[in-house]
Amino acid sequence: MVEWTDFERATIQSIFSKMDYDDVGPAALSRCLVVYPWTQRYFGNFGNLYNATVTAGNPMVAAHGKTVLRGLDRAVKNLDDIKATYAELSVLHSEKLHVDPDNFRLLADCLTIVVAARMGADFTADVQGAFQKFLAVVVSSLGRQYH
Amino acid sequence: MSLTAKDKSVVKAFWGKISGKADVVGAEALGRMLTAYPQTKTYFSHWADLSPGSAPVKKHGGVIMGAIGNAVGVIDDLVGGLSALSDLHAFELRVDPGNFKILSHNILVTLAIHFPADFTPEVHIAVDKFLAALSAALADKYR
Repeated sequence: MVEWTDFERATIQSIFSKMDYDDVGPAALSRCLVVYPWTQRYFGNFGNLYNATVTAGNPMVAAHGKTVLRGLDRAVKNLDDIKATYAELSVLHSEKLHVDPDNFRLLADCLTIVVAARMGADFTADVQGAFQKFLAVVVSSLGRQYH
Repeated sequence: MSLTAKDKSVVKAFWGKISGKADVVGAEALGRMLTAYPQTKTYFSHWADLSPGSAPVKKHGGVIMGAIGNAVGVIDDLVGGLSALSDLHAFELRVDPGNFKILSHNILVTLAIHFPADFTPEVHIAVDKFLAALSAALADKYR
């Protein structure tokens, strides 16, 4: 089981309680699709993704970005059992969506960068450590049911 | 994933904007790496103080960003331009090259914090590609 320090718990709760999911979700996903263009392979039916401006303005990207962030919220609310919380989602990403789990890490890195830009100096090294540990657990849990 | 002409011009333009703060960015990126990726501290056991903002971290962060700035100047031939630094990392420092990616990530996070408006997705991809090409050039002599 993952051990969270009091600082880590408080930091993760604080970041997400202050976050505008509807801003951060779309920003993170569209950044991922631009910075790591091969991730577009999973969004063939999303229409135009051919440059950064178009991707940022794409309503399907925005909607899906919000979906992803709301999914993350479930982990925030179940820090002590993220593995079980995401078991079904892991199966979905493996069996139905066929997403290479390396991509979870790419999206997590883009999310870190978007959150860092929004928080500025408040995103200290210790806060970054806590946030990245949380995302690492999420990424690991999402990949866990692959076989 | 080679650097296109557009990548190079985006990197040069962005580096022009940030060069005044390069030392600060380098020091902060190094401090973030040592904190968020504690395994990287194993390379700095000879420093008295590994906390972000400490004197050795600030100094070394400046050294690293200075070298990256020089790499921007030799962006058309990174392997040739970084040959001596590659020798250093391969034969003396023997830093596991996986760590280049970790430091690169922390540089990107620091850039996003200090230049939120300028670090657009287009700049992000160009700088990410540049740091990856730089890391490969740095690892060139390893084996």
